[in-house]
Amino acid sequence: MLKVIFTVPEKWSIIWNRIMTELQIIGINSIPIVALMSAFMGGVIALQTASNMTTPLLPDYTVGYITQSSTILEFSPTIISLILAGKVGSNIASEIGTMRVTEQIDALEIMGVNSLNFLVLPKIISAVLFFPILVIFSMALSMLGGWLALMVSDLTTTETYVLGIRSFFNPFHITYALIKTVCFGFLIVSISSYYGYYVKGGSLDVGKASTQAVVSSSVAILISNFILTQMLLL
Amino acid sequence: MIEVRNINKSFTGTKVLLDISTIFEKGKINLIIGQSGHGKSVLAKCMVGLHEADSGHVIYDGRDFTTMSRIERSQVRKEIGMLFQGAALFDSLNVEENVGFPLVMFTNLSKKEIRKRVDFCLERVDLSGKNSLLPSECSGGMQKRIGIARAISMNPKYLFCDEPNSGLDPKTAIRIDGLIQDITREYDMTTVVITHDMNSVIEIGENVIFIHEGQKWWQGDRKSIITTKNPEISSFVYASEFMKEIRQNIQNARS
Repeated sequence: MLKVIFTVPEKWSIIWNRIMTELQIIGINSIPIVALMSAFMGGVIALQTASNMTTPLLPDYTVGYITQSSTILEFSPTIISLILAGKVGSNIASEIGTMRVTEQIDALEIMGVNSLNFLVLPKIISAVLFFPILVIFSMALSMLGGWLALMVSDLTTTETYVLGIRSFFNPFHITYALIKTVCFGFLIVSISSYYGYYVKGGSLDVGKASTQAVVSSSVAILISNFILTQMLLL
Repeated sequence: MIEVRNINKSFTGTKVLLDISTIFEKGKINLIIGQSGHGKSVLAKCMVGLHEADSGHVIYDGRDFTTMSRIERSQVRKEIGMLFQGAALFDSLNVEENVGFPLVMFTNLSKKEIRKRVDFCLERVDLSGKNSLLPSECSGGMQKRIGIARAISMNPKYLFCDEPNSGLDPKTAIRIDGLIQDITREYDMTTVVITHDMNSVIEIGENVIFIHEGQKWWQGDRKSIITTKNPEISSFVYASEFMKEIRQNIQNARS
């Protein structure tokens, strides 16, 4: 399947237009849910860390540091990718699955169009390009959410929180997070496309394929997260 | 001309097509008829490569489609137009974009030229001015006609129609049959129509192939199908009470 997807397109101008459309569907349309999730996630991480800071041996800026490191290392790349597996993955599987059961993919093939290349390649390119942007956006919003939660609860000062955010900052962690995100984006789109493209039956089967796509993408994300962490961080 | 040689196809051990050989003639409407589930759609899908035949050959004007690479097949497929049972229009595109899709994909025509060709094809199927409608805004008959317009937009040599009349009222069905007939003659195409509609057989069946239990049971024209004594065909042709009554009247008139 991947070999057919990554063949040279018949017309780049058409693929370019499709990439623009997919950037809108996969990327831009995901901004609200990513923003909402990230802000609340950051707030909860900061509050939970602050509520567990019972020992005076730990400096106050630890709250900011933990929020920063857990957001950059795990929550933004992995949890946001899991959320996107649900939103984008089910959307892709149901879209392509519906095209399959209504013979639209057959129609493309009959015309001589490489349907896998035409349908899936723009989605993969869009996800691989835009998911890292979403994750960087999520990191920023998460830390902002953490700050806001701490300010509202009066648990620390802005200076202390910012000091924690900047403490022990390792730029490679950003690279690591982005590498993970690119891999997760590729996995989500290719797995979901696979389930949609090879669906057989009717609308009920499209629903099943959509669920299966989300489950399989999520499992693939968790396994690849473990492998990538082993390879890149240790 | 399309030649089918010794096509066999099975799904998970069940044989669906058994050694089918026939010729679909150029400039004629070739009908594949038979009961549901007896393999006529599978035969058509094997012919266009949507299913891979287990053995046998499909030859398009001397070119063996079954032995071609994916890229070579793509070139042949650009000469094929297909009308699907459910029209298979692209939901997200309007009528104009649907009909112009193959032109945008495979030609270097300007937007103006594509528009002109789309308008011509839509006019041909009596849908002038419907360019901006979405498929969901069109009736079943309109969707079929848009499907025909899309199928002929690239001036195909071969036209496949999978149950073009299913789900249509008799008047619209006759209109679609007439349209297929006119287009076949106008462009001198090899047209293959899969149907189980006896009205279509009587209206447009120039070369009729009857598929029964995965085998080519009978081949002839619309006149000979009425008079054949073959029991399987008779039970198919005269399945309805109305047709039985017609047969009785014919027999009475003869005696």
